[in-house]
Amino acid sequence: MTVGQICEKLRLKSLTGDVGMDREVKGAYVCDLLSWVMAHAHEGDAWITIQTHTNIVAVATLIELSCIIIPENAEIEDDTIKKAIEEGIPILTSEQNAFMICKNLISIGLGS
Amino acid sequence: MGNISYEFPVEKDDFERAGEASSKIKKILRQLGMDSGIIRRVAIGAYEAEMNLVIHSLGGTIRIDIDPKSIIITAEDKGPGIHDINLAMKEGYSTATEKIREMGFGAGMGLPNMKRCSDIFEIQSIVGKGTKIVMKMNLKDGD
Ligand SMILES: Nc1ncnc2c1ncn2[C@@H]1O[C@H](COP(=O)(O)OP(=O)(O)OP(=O)(O)O)[C@@H](O)[C@H]1O
Ligand SMILES: [Mg+2]
Repeated sequence: MTVGQICEKLRLKSLTGDVGMDREVKGAYVCDLLSWVMAHAHEGDAWITIQTHTNIVAVATLIELSCIIIPENAEIEDDTIKKAIEEGIPILTSEQNAFMICKNLISIGLGS
Repeated sequence: MGNISYEFPVEKDDFERAGEASSKIKKILRQLGMDSGIIRRVAIGAYEAEMNLVIHSLGGTIRIDIDPKSIIITAEDKGPGIHDINLAMKEGYSTATEKIREMGFGAGMGLPNMKRCSDIFEIQSIVGKGTKIVMKMNLKDGD
């Protein structure tokens, strides 16, 4: 499944235009503690987090996460979006909470 | 492949640029065509070391040395040093402030992550002088 397909099916809004829409999403990971994510998330995971500062882009780039999904329309700093575009990491937002985003990801076949 | 070395300065409290040194290190390894497994380990180790310099130190440097047999990441700072290294190495131990924790740092996982990513992990610290961390990742055939 690609980031673009997930965007469409879950009606997520991309803040980074069409950057990285063809990246493959292999799984998903939910956590707001950055070192925990560094240790446990897998390459290709969609990362659901409420953190919105620029360092999330560094984390996603370093361990090659497929995209970052920000729940509940949390506000995202402009610098973060700028950096994400530079690094080719899609940042998507949803009005739903992390639990509902996961539920929907599972229902469209992710993680099975 | 000959020996290659790079050094990057890391400033205290510079959250704007935090992660840049590790990103550059990762790009160097990619350009060298290294295996994704070893790149991931180096990236994680370098990132955790870099963030600790930004958050806990007075500033310092991150260095990478690549030779045909290994990759060595060295993080060195100019203080304040660590009082109790055994305690600092424990998963979950952190002295990060509330403000830093709100940003998602301070899980107390950085040093354990560095150790897990390295084949040889060394940490030396002198209070009032600084901390030096050396992570060595051995290269296998095919890396
Ligand atoms: N370079 C350093 N200089 C001084 N103190 C340090 C340094 N690196 C680590 N420490 C101390 O060791 C503790 C543990 O470090 P560690 O990286 O494991 O966790 P953390 O940085 O607090 O949280 P996390 O890495 O999970 O975001 C820190 O909270 C800090 O007190
Ligand atoms: Mg740390």
